[in-house]
Amino acid sequence: MIYKMSFDLEKIRSDFPILKRKINGSNFIYFDNAATSQKPNIVIDSISDYYKNYNSNIHRGVHTISQEATDAYENARVKVQKHFNIQSSHEIIFTSGTTHSINLVANGFQDLLNDKDEIIISGLEHHSNIVPWQMMAEKNGAKIKIIPINENGELDMEVYNTILNNKTKLVFVNHVSNALGIINPIKTIIEKAHKLNAAVLIDGAQASAHFKTDLQELNADFYTTSAHKLCGPTGIGMLYGKEKWLKKLPPYQGGGEMISDVTFEKTTYAELPHKFEAGTPNVSGAIAFGVALDYLNGINFEKIYKYESSLLDYATKKLNLIPNLKIYGESKNKTSVISFNIEGIHAYDIGALLDKFGIAVRTGQHCAQPIMDHFGISGTVRVSLSFYNTKKEIDVLYKSLKQVISMLS
Amino acid sequence: MKIKEIQNDIIEEFSLFEDWKEKYEYIIELGNSIKIIDKKNKIESNLIKGCQSKLWLHAELKNGKVIYSADSEAIITKGIAAILLRVFSNQTAKDILDGDIKYIDEIGLKEHLSPTRANGLVSMIKQIKYYALAYNN
Repeated sequence: MIYKMSFDLEKIRSDFPILKRKINGSNFIYFDNAATSQKPNIVIDSISDYYKNYNSNIHRGVHTISQEATDAYENARVKVQKHFNIQSSHEIIFTSGTTHSINLVANGFQDLLNDKDEIIISGLEHHSNIVPWQMMAEKNGAKIKIIPINENGELDMEVYNTILNNKTKLVFVNHVSNALGIINPIKTIIEKAHKLNAAVLIDGAQASAHFKTDLQELNADFYTTSAHKLCGPTGIGMLYGKEKWLKKLPPYQGGGEMISDVTFEKTTYAELPHKFEAGTPNVSGAIAFGVALDYLNGINFEKIYKYESSLLDYATKKLNLIPNLKIYGESKNKTSVISFNIEGIHAYDIGALLDKFGIAVRTGQHCAQPIMDHFGISGTVRVSLSFYNTKKEIDVLYKSLKQVISMLS
Repeated sequence: MKIKEIQNDIIEEFSLFEDWKEKYEYIIELGNSIKIIDKKNKIESNLIKGCQSKLWLHAELKNGKVIYSADSEAIITKGIAAILLRVFSNQTAKDILDGDIKYIDEIGLKEHLSPTRANGLVSMIKQIKYYALAYNN
């Protein structure tokens, strides 16, 4: 079911109960969308509806509500499949989110790689995208190479071309950078990697909230996202993997659901996707994830992207009016994220005082210390905009920021 | 002055502020006026690593009392550090160990001492206590 809706900002805002809150006496303004998105009533209600009406363990029950819950859970997988245009639904593994997905793949490659192999990671990665590979490399001896970033915060593709070689077995890049919002040239990265038979994992956590991605067209070997970034609940996400890869990777966790036959001598693993979904899954989460996709598709991703781009332009122009404000990562190709600093003022002070005005922003390294090291800064203030934000809110940010600066100087 | 007395003074001072703005203007003022750590003590081993802003804490024992000095990159962190040091610096190690930080809650600054805030202040309080423990032995 698609919830028909045009881009009616007032109506959209009324879908999000949290936007009615007051913080320190001011209207709550939420500009921390890259950390997590807010949830519309329809998503919140779907979780409550599940627990009120058909909460049950799935896949094995013969009774009515178990079948209802199983249908709803598997239907959510089909919604994800359609949204990302994935060839078959068994190529979708429900995970607890992007971090879990990456660990699942890294764990799988642990046995597939050895000390003669290399993997490539972009210098824009989130911590969660670096650590699992370091852990893997410690065990199998594979070498990790990094694609550095240039002064605009974009990946240095010339270096990528030189470090990519026959030994490269895997390439890991995020679709959109968490700290700067830059959209990476993943299509090119994938094509080049595939010429040398290297697999590619794309972290789509920061991309999925802003635009639709056709995974058959993209042709990545793995793609992952977290539902909570796109109006869904926390604790649920998806890992897409091409069938040939998911068959090749060993199961990640042992338990119920993931086995087809167990004796004390031998266990036969279940078919995809259940091979990777050990134990009772996050049923309500998966269902609500599906509802969130319906909600966003009902608004229409093209409209969302267009509106968010206009917000980004407006906010960029407005913030650039503030003296000594520097925006990091001024790429033409970016989502609605602005990372900035004001000369002589620490990001923490700005964030703490904006909070007093009811404005939620992120300050610090955004879990991306390598990027901060690259710019030689200890952190930034990050304003990340979503389709339910307004130009009026940006005006309030501008005014509040001016007051914050006068308080701090 | 005893720790408790200083804390009560601070609570009284803060009760005069009419809104958060006055309060934060005062914290910023404190941050600007804090007697900062000697350059020679602003070293890696005195650095308290918070995720967001660097914070230094130095301690030394003088005439049976522990003297602390601190500095931070962030002015609000520095201001709150000043409020902590006003209470805990120049006290005996035993009194520091017995002291609590409930007054921070009472003046409405608890949010800055939440462990998730990652400004280093929680670690700073621990470090204040560790020094006192070391000097007490």
